[in-house]
Amino acid sequence: MSDVLDTVTDSGHDAHADHGHADVEHGAHGSSGLSNNKLAMWLFLGSDCLLFGGLISTYMLYRGRVQRGPNPNELYNIPFTSVSSFVLLMSSLTMVLAVTAAGRNDDRRMRIWLCTTAFLGSLFVGAQVFEFRSFYLKGLGFTTNLFGSSFFTLTGFHGVHVTLGVIMLLSIVGMTLRGKIPGRKAEVVELIGLYWHFVDIVWIVIFTLVYLIPS
Amino acid sequence: MTAAVEAHNEHAVEVHHAHAGEHTWTDKKYVMVAIYLAIMTAVEVGLSYLHPSFAPWLPTVMLIAIMIGKFVTVVLFFMHLRFDDKMFGRLFWSGLILAVVVYVAALTTFQLWSS
Repeated sequence: MSDVLDTVTDSGHDAHADHGHADVEHGAHGSSGLSNNKLAMWLFLGSDCLLFGGLISTYMLYRGRVQRGPNPNELYNIPFTSVSSFVLLMSSLTMVLAVTAAGRNDDRRMRIWLCTTAFLGSLFVGAQVFEFRSFYLKGLGFTTNLFGSSFFTLTGFHGVHVTLGVIMLLSIVGMTLRGKIPGRKAEVVELIGLYWHFVDIVWIVIFTLVYLIPS
Repeated sequence: MTAAVEAHNEHAVEVHHAHAGEHTWTDKKYVMVAIYLAIMTAVEVGLSYLHPSFAPWLPTVMLIAIMIGKFVTVVLFFMHLRFDDKMFGRLFWSGLILAVVVYVAALTTFQLWSS
């Protein structure tokens, strides 16, 4: 009896494990036929709008409140930030080219475009670090005034998002090289692409509201 | 009963895949979109240096209009929301609209617009 029960339990576990594996392989779909992973990503992006909305609003509220230390007009280097914005914008192009290459099962081009996107993202983060350093040398620290703390928090959070994106891009390149990518390759690349484009559209808003519109 | 539900789910997945496969944009079209975005960014930077005495608010209004145009272009074409299932769009736009409404209301409370 005990042997019979063990056999039944084992086969039940196997069947469950196989089912779970199939879900991962094909990307689990609900009754709507939509990918659960993609739904979750869009839901995450929709909720992330609230996070950045809060940070941007706080900056808008505090940017004019400079009791001491330099004000935005003395610090911003618009040509420099324009170039780094252009770099991030072009990384969206290379990302979408990686997604289309993944859709065509063109692994070589997909990896080239993913690496290019990661490189452009790293350039952007490097430019942001350089900008933070130059602001600090001009007398603006995190606690100098309300403008400084809201500026560093907003752009710093965005920089963390870009850095996480670069790590995800490089991880996916590594996984495809080792053939250990979880689920459907095209969908995984598309999901990371959605995250990357979101980071880009957030910067489109930050660049205009923070840098270009005078306080 | 279970077989019927599974059959329905499989059919729904097939319909979704067929629908998702409808958009087949070439790389060239994505490059064109990127060029448009780059030109709009250049226009934005140029506008930020303008300070017309007759309408000091004009550059700000134009900058916001271009910003919205760039934002929507990336979402529709690079993020494929124009071609994808409407459910994804509903999730994203509802989050975005909620954020805009909440924070415009919050900033109004702090009298940002009158300062």
